[in-house]
Amino acid sequence: MLILSSLLLFILLAAARDEFQEELVIRPLHSGDIYASFQFRTLWDTDFLQEGQKVSHYRLFPKSLGQVLSKFSVRELHISFTQGFWRTMQWGQPFIPSPPGAELWVWFHDTVSDVDGNWKELTNVLSGIFCASLNFIDLTNTVQPSASFKPLGLGNATDHRFLRYATLPREIVCTENLTPWKKLLPCGSKAGLAVLMKSEKLFHSSFHSQAVHIRPICQDEQCSSKAWELRQTLNVVFDLHTSGQGKKEWSLFKMFSRTLTEACPLASSSKVYVDITDNPELFELSPATPLLGQAVVLGDRRTYSVYDLIMPTSSMVLSPCALGDMLRPLLHAERYVAGFGLQTGEIHTVIYNNHPYRAFPVLLMDSVPWYLQLYIHTLTVTSKSRDNKPSYIHYQPAKDRHRPHLLEMLIQLPPHSMTEVTVQFERALLKWTEYTPDPNHGFYVGSSVVSALVPSMVAMRTNFTQDQPLFSSFVPVKEESSYFVRVYTEPLLVNLPTPDFSMPYNVICLTCTVVAVGYGSFYNLLTRTFQVDEPSPPLSKRLANLIRRMRGVPLLT
Amino acid sequence: MGLLSDPSRRKVLTGLLTRLNTPICIVCYLAGIVWFMGLAFEPFTLRTYMSENAMGSTMVEERFSSGERALSLAKEFDAHKRKAGGMPVEWLVKAMQSRGLEVFTQSFSRKLPFPDENKERYMVRGTNVYGILRAPRAPRTEALVITAPCSPGNTNNQAVALLLALAQYFRNQIYWAKDIIFLVNEHDLIGTQAWLEGYHHTNITGMEYSPLQGRAGSIQAALSLELSSDVITSLDLVLEGLNGQLPNLDLANLFYAFCQKLGVLCTIQGKLQRNDWDTAEGYTHAAQTMMLMVLKQACGRSWGDHGLFLRYHIEAASVRGINSFRHYKTDATTIGRLLEGMVRKLNNLLERLHQSYFFYLLPSLSRFVSIGYYMPAFGLLAVILLLRVSFPGLCHCFSVSLQPSSPGVLTVLTPVVISHLTGVALYLLPVHLQEMAVEHFPVSETEAVVLTAIAIYTAGLALPHNTQRLLSGEGTEQGWKVLKLTALLYLAVLLGCTALINFSLGFILAVTLVPITASITPHMPKALYALVMVLLSPAFTILYCVFIYQELIEAPVSVSEGWMLFLSVISQGILDHALYGSLVYPLLALFIYPCWLMFWNILFWN
Repeated sequence: MLILSSLLLFILLAAARDEFQEELVIRPLHSGDIYASFQFRTLWDTDFLQEGQKVSHYRLFPKSLGQVLSKFSVRELHISFTQGFWRTMQWGQPFIPSPPGAELWVWFHDTVSDVDGNWKELTNVLSGIFCASLNFIDLTNTVQPSASFKPLGLGNATDHRFLRYATLPREIVCTENLTPWKKLLPCGSKAGLAVLMKSEKLFHSSFHSQAVHIRPICQDEQCSSKAWELRQTLNVVFDLHTSGQGKKEWSLFKMFSRTLTEACPLASSSKVYVDITDNPELFELSPATPLLGQAVVLGDRRTYSVYDLIMPTSSMVLSPCALGDMLRPLLHAERYVAGFGLQTGEIHTVIYNNHPYRAFPVLLMDSVPWYLQLYIHTLTVTSKSRDNKPSYIHYQPAKDRHRPHLLEMLIQLPPHSMTEVTVQFERALLKWTEYTPDPNHGFYVGSSVVSALVPSMVAMRTNFTQDQPLFSSFVPVKEESSYFVRVYTEPLLVNLPTPDFSMPYNVICLTCTVVAVGYGSFYNLLTRTFQVDEPSPPLSKRLANLIRRMRGVPLLT
Repeated sequence: MGLLSDPSRRKVLTGLLTRLNTPICIVCYLAGIVWFMGLAFEPFTLRTYMSENAMGSTMVEERFSSGERALSLAKEFDAHKRKAGGMPVEWLVKAMQSRGLEVFTQSFSRKLPFPDENKERYMVRGTNVYGILRAPRAPRTEALVITAPCSPGNTNNQAVALLLALAQYFRNQIYWAKDIIFLVNEHDLIGTQAWLEGYHHTNITGMEYSPLQGRAGSIQAALSLELSSDVITSLDLVLEGLNGQLPNLDLANLFYAFCQKLGVLCTIQGKLQRNDWDTAEGYTHAAQTMMLMVLKQACGRSWGDHGLFLRYHIEAASVRGINSFRHYKTDATTIGRLLEGMVRKLNNLLERLHQSYFFYLLPSLSRFVSIGYYMPAFGLLAVILLLRVSFPGLCHCFSVSLQPSSPGVLTVLTPVVISHLTGVALYLLPVHLQEMAVEHFPVSETEAVVLTAIAIYTAGLALPHNTQRLLSGEGTEQGWKVLKLTALLYLAVLLGCTALINFSLGFILAVTLVPITASITPHMPKALYALVMVLLSPAFTILYCVFIYQELIEAPVSVSEGWMLFLSVISQGILDHALYGSLVYPLLALFIYPCWLMFWNILFWN
C-alpha cells in the first residue's frame, strides 16, 4: 500500500510538469484576406535521450508519437502537410513556413547505426499515423542537406549523416489528414480552440497547412531539465473576396462556422490574439478587450488584442482593406522552368533582397529528382547582371533511380537586388514501367528552400521566457539584429518525353511489321547472293558416286 | 517478300515495273488526287468525339450573367483607349486589380527587318498587361490562359471587356484548380510572342522585352478571344498555328460541344456546316472548307494569337465572333457562358490534352480526317518519285557513277552546289540588300525586299546555261541521269519530311512538283517544257494558292489585285520567319527552290 501510494505520488509529481498551451492568432492580411494560425504546444517532461530509460506513461503527450520517438531514436521531427502556396508577395511571411505538399525532416540520434533503415520504417509508420502517402518517400527523393536544416531544439548536432529530408510535392491534403492530426491534441476537437476546426471550412480557403514539430527543449532558463515539446500548428488563409461578397467584415463564426465557448480544461493557457498593428484606429473589435499585447515577430513589432479564454467571448472584427499593391517582403524567392521542347530546359530560381541597404547571405537548397539530369557546369549565379560567386557549394550528383541531385549554396545577396540562379537540365527518357499512371500531367520537382538570417528592423528578443506568445518563439533567436526566415519556392511541374500509352497495340503491330517484313527481307536481299541451283542428282547417282570415290575412279556428272 | 528473294519472279516484277512505269505513275498521281478530294466526302470521314475523359461526361452548369456589364465596360475601355492613343495600360491594371487579380505588365519592343505595309508598322513598342487569378489551395504548378488582343481602332473592345467580366466572375468562384492568366496583349502576334518568350525565358526571334514578374507554372491550354461587336451571328474557331501546327482535336470538340449545348452557330473557316452531304452542293461545301484549311495550314503562319502557343506545347485555339448581319443573334452573356464552360472543363483536366488527334483535317466541325486517312493521298504522290528512281536507266547509271574513277559525281556536284548557293542567296539577300535597293531604285523597303526576292528567283533560271559548260565541259548522257536520280531522291526526302510536319504544305508541293519532275529529261522540246516547268515552279504555286484562297473565301480578285496580294504574301512570309520563326520561307528558299533548280538543270543539260 505504501509502495503503491508513493508510486502514485511520484507519477503525479512527474506528470505535474507536463503542460499544454493553445493559441490562435488572427491577422488581417495586406491583401484583404484573413490569416488564422493555431498553435498547440504540449510539453512532456521526460528525458529518454538517456540510454536505457523506458517510458511507458503518457499524460498529455500522444502515445502514438511518443512510441515512434523512442523506437526510432528520433531527436527531432518536423512534418508538414500543405495544400496551396503561401503568397509571400501578398501575405508577407508566415509564422512557420512550409512547402506545398508534404515535407518531412528528421534528425536521428547519433547512436543510430542504420539511419536509412530507421528512416524507411519511420516514414511508413508516420504514413499510417497521418493517413498520408509518406510511404512514397524512399531513397530517390531523400536528401541529407549539409547546412540548410539545423536542429531547432537542444543540442547542436551538426553531422548531417543523421539528418533526412524529403518532400512530396504531389501530396494532396484533405480531411483524412486533419482528423488524425486533431486526435493528437489532448482535448481532441471537443473543447478549446480545436472546436473551430471544422474541415468543411478549413478546406474552403486559399491556403491550408498543418504541421507537427517535435523537439527537445529546456524546461527553464538554466536548462537544468529537458523536456519534449510537441507543437502542432495549423495555418489557414481565408479568402474574404469569394466568401464575403465584397464585405470586409468577418467573425469567428463566419470563418469557422463555430464560436469559442471555453478553453480546453487541460490547457494552462488558451489565448486568441488579433493583430491590430496596421491602422488600429480603423479596427472595430467586438467584444472589445482591454488587453493589448506586443510581440516582436519576424523582425517586426506587432500589436495584438489578446483574448484570454477564461472569459467566453466571440470576437468580431470589422476591418477596411487596402486592396491592390504587392508587398515587398525583405526576402522573396520564386522559381520556374525556362525553355520549350521535351529535350532540355533550364531551372531559374530568382531570389529578391528588398532590403534598401543591407546585404545578407542566404542558403539555397535545391533537391532535383534524377530524371532531370542537371548540367552542373551550366550553373550560373548572377546579381545585378554580374557574376555572383557562391562562397559555399555543396553538390551531390544524382544516381539514376537511386538518389536525387542535391545542391546547396551560400549566396551573398547585395542590397536591393535580384539574384538569379540558373542551371540547365536534360529530361531523361524513363523506362515504360516507371511512368506514373498520368504521365502527361508531368512530373513534380519539389520546392527549393531559401534559408536566411534577415536583418531585423527592430531588436529581436534573445532571452527565452515563458510568457512569450507561442507564434513568436518557435525558432530560437541567437542575435538581436536579425531573425531567421525560411522561404519555399513553388514546386515545378515538368513534362518528360512520354510515349503514347494509349496505342501500344498499334505501335507493337507497326514495329513488328516493319522489323519482320520490311527490315528482314531487305536485309535478306542485301546480304544474300542469289544463284540458280542445279537440281540435286538422284539417289542412285549419288550412291554410284560414293562408290566411285572410294575406288578412286572419276566421278559421274 | 518472298517475291523479291526469288530471282526469276523478281525479274518478272522489275520487268513489269519497267514496262508499265509511266502508266503506273499516272495512275498513282490520279489516285492521289482523287483520294484527297474524297476526304471531304462525308461517308469517308469520322464523326468527331470527345476523347478526354476529364472533359467528357462531367457536366458543367454555366452561370455567367454579366454580359451587359461587359458591353458597358467595352465602351469605357474604348474611351480610355482613345484617350491613351493605344493600350490604356493604367486603366487595365486598375481594372484587373479591382477584380482581385495579381496584375503585372511587360513592355517589349521590336524592330521589324523591313516595314510591314499591311499593318503599317516598323518600330513596334508596346506593353502587355496580364492578371493572374490564383486558384485557392493550388501550388502554382498549372495555369490556363485567356487572351484578348488590344487592337487599334474599334476592334476587339468587346473581347477585352468580356475578358474582364469573366475575370470578375471567375474570381468569385471556388472551384478553380489551375491558376488562370488573363492576358491583354498589344500589337497582336508580336505582343503574344513577347509574352510567351518572357514567360518561358527564351529568345528565339531577337525580341527585346522586360522580364516577367509573375508566373503560374506550366500552361496547360490557352484560348484567344476576338470579338468586335455587341452581338454576333456566329463564332468561328481558328486552329491553324505557326508552321501548320494544330492544337489537339479535343479542343475543337470542346468548342463544338458547347456551341451545340448553348445553341450558338459555330463555323470553321467561316463556313457553316451543312447536312446535305449526298448532294453535289453539300460535297462542294465540305471540300471548300477542307481546302481552306489545307491552304491556311500550308502557308505556315499563325492565323490568330493562339498559333504561337503551340510551339510551347500549349494547346490553344482562337474563338472569333462574326457579325454578318443575319437574323440569328447571340449576345455577350451567351458567349461568356460558352467561354466559362470551356474554361471550367479545361480546369477539370488532370493531364495535358493528349488523348485525341494532333494531325487532322476538318471538312466541317463535326467531321474530321485523321492522319491515317489523309497520308495515303500523299503517299500515292510520293511513290511516283520512288518509281522513277527505280527506272532502269537511272538505277544502272548510279552504280556506275559511284565508282571513284567516274566523272559522274563531279558533274552532279556542280549543279547541286550552285543551285543551293542560289537558294542561300534567295534566303539572305532580299532583307540584307534592301538599303542598297532603296538607294538605287524608286521603291519602298518592303517593295525592295519582295522585288529582290523575285529578281533572284528569276536570275536562278539563267544558271544552267552557264554553269556546267563553264565547269565540266559537255554534259554527258550519264551525267543528267545521275543528277536526276539525286534530285528525285532529294525531292522525295524533302517532301516526305515536310508532309510529316505540315501535311498541307507537303501535299500542295507534291501536287505541283511531282508530275514535272518525274517526267523531265533533256530530250524534250525545250521551250514548251521550260514554260510548263516555270508554271509549276514553287513561286507560281504560291500565286495559284493566292487565287484559289480568294476564290474559296468568296472574295475573288482580278489578276492585278492577285499580283499585289502575291507580293504581300511574300513579304508576310519573310516577316513571319523573322518575327515568329515560321519555317516556310526558309524551306522554300533553301531546299525546295534549289531542288527545283536541279530539275531545271536537267532540262537544259547539254
